[in-house]
Amino acid sequence: MIALRGVRKRFGQQVVLDGVDFDVREGETVALLGPSGTGKSVLLKHIIGLIRPDAGRVVVDDKDVGRLRRKELAALRAHIGYVFQNGALFDSMNVFENVRLGITDEAKFRDLDYARGRVVECLRLVNLVPETVMEKLPAELSGGMRKRVGIARAIAGNPKYLLYDEPTSGLDPVNADVIDGLVKRLAEELGVTSVMVTHDVRGAFRTADRLALLTGGRIVQQGTPQEFLDSANPKVREFLERDFPDATIAA
Amino acid sequence: MPVDTLALPRAVGRWTLGATSHVGRVAFLVGDTLRSVGEWRIWVPRAMVEAWNIGVGSLFIVLLISGFAGAVTALQARYQFTGTIPIYYLAGVIVESIVLELGPVLTGLILAGRIGARYAAELGTMRVTEQIDALESLGRSPASHLILPRVVAGLIMIPVLTVLADIVGILAGWISMKLVLPITDADFAYGARVFWRPFDATYSVIKAFFFAGSITVISCYMGFNTQQGAEGVGRSTTGAVVSSSVLILLLDVVLANLLLNQ
Repeated sequence: MIALRGVRKRFGQQVVLDGVDFDVREGETVALLGPSGTGKSVLLKHIIGLIRPDAGRVVVDDKDVGRLRRKELAALRAHIGYVFQNGALFDSMNVFENVRLGITDEAKFRDLDYARGRVVECLRLVNLVPETVMEKLPAELSGGMRKRVGIARAIAGNPKYLLYDEPTSGLDPVNADVIDGLVKRLAEELGVTSVMVTHDVRGAFRTADRLALLTGGRIVQQGTPQEFLDSANPKVREFLERDFPDATIAA
Repeated sequence: MPVDTLALPRAVGRWTLGATSHVGRVAFLVGDTLRSVGEWRIWVPRAMVEAWNIGVGSLFIVLLISGFAGAVTALQARYQFTGTIPIYYLAGVIVESIVLELGPVLTGLILAGRIGARYAAELGTMRVTEQIDALESLGRSPASHLILPRVVAGLIMIPVLTVLADIVGILAGWISMKLVLPITDADFAYGARVFWRPFDATYSVIKAFFFAGSITVISCYMGFNTQQGAEGVGRSTTGAVVSSSVLILLLDVVLANLLLNQ
């Protein structure tokens, strides 16, 4: 379980998170929505300890992430897969080496036969043909393929949690649908708990069990897609207006 | 127009805070790097690749510049000292100038540009494209994967390149002297030995070792703490070259005072 309580974060004079309370239950997929620059990615990075809060607590599996020591944090991260917005693939390594680095168990990482088998399995899970892409460098891949390799790397260590940072941004609608389907399928097949930061409201409604809207440094609404559609909160209605005009009129 | 009497103290305070913050962060980076020494399975193979890359890649330019430095030292020594001291003393002047100063300092400055810029740009690009965050998110230590291999490679290869630069500089000086002055090989060897102390070679390597530490640590620090996209990478790269060059010159003075004060 992931729980954020009263998380505050500022960069210089700019307050990004201003007392965020946010919960993710075991096995569910939560989409974190919000306008650009509201700190969605910052919030996601708090969960994995890449950013520490100025105040408040970030708790993952009963561990306060902000207070963990280096080795404890590394152990926690071994159970969390993080999909970066632009893939963040290591550009000096080929696809095989990139995905292999996602195998967080050191003994399995060193076992080349296991690693090869696991990389092939993960690439197939994200609908890539291993024989075609394994030897390629990230620069030789399309944007959609890079995102899928990023997802393959995130799942290679059999994580309990998957955090997606804008998995469909910059993709055409067809590829965006492929990634949305992939997020849903991985949640079902692997039973992982997922948090997905996105601008894509329709994709979030298709993929997530629950939604959360972050704006003005706070979570202003959390709930199921239907609860979002029924919400009278003007910020929620404003955000849904473009994709669900009928719903906002009804509300 | 009102004069802001607090402007100067405010600027000094801001500069002091900035400098202290840099020193603190460098200390943390060095601490993290030292803690990663135990993860030798990760950093040793990467350090070997880095050492090969910077050694082979820098060899030509280092030898070219040290060769020219040796030749010019010989020609200037002829201009300044001919007719005032015995010719064979010039060999001592050339050998000592190259081994004590020109070899290590020129090699350090060249490599601050070549290796320092490369390390800062590589790590800076990795930072702004979130590759370093990705490494951390996988529970892996950037210190053992990225910093330690580069620092160890520099600590091995920069002293080696300095020794080669010393040798080539002396050879170039020797050849130049023979071309412009009536000096025999035996006279050159005799003159070189007159001022020579075994510690001189050790001093050259000690200097190279300190220069290697400052080049690699500063450029890795600058790259690792890059912010704000391509402009940030440019700023880190320039900062790495300038800062490590200045530190090399400062260390040159400090080491000369500490080690040659006998």
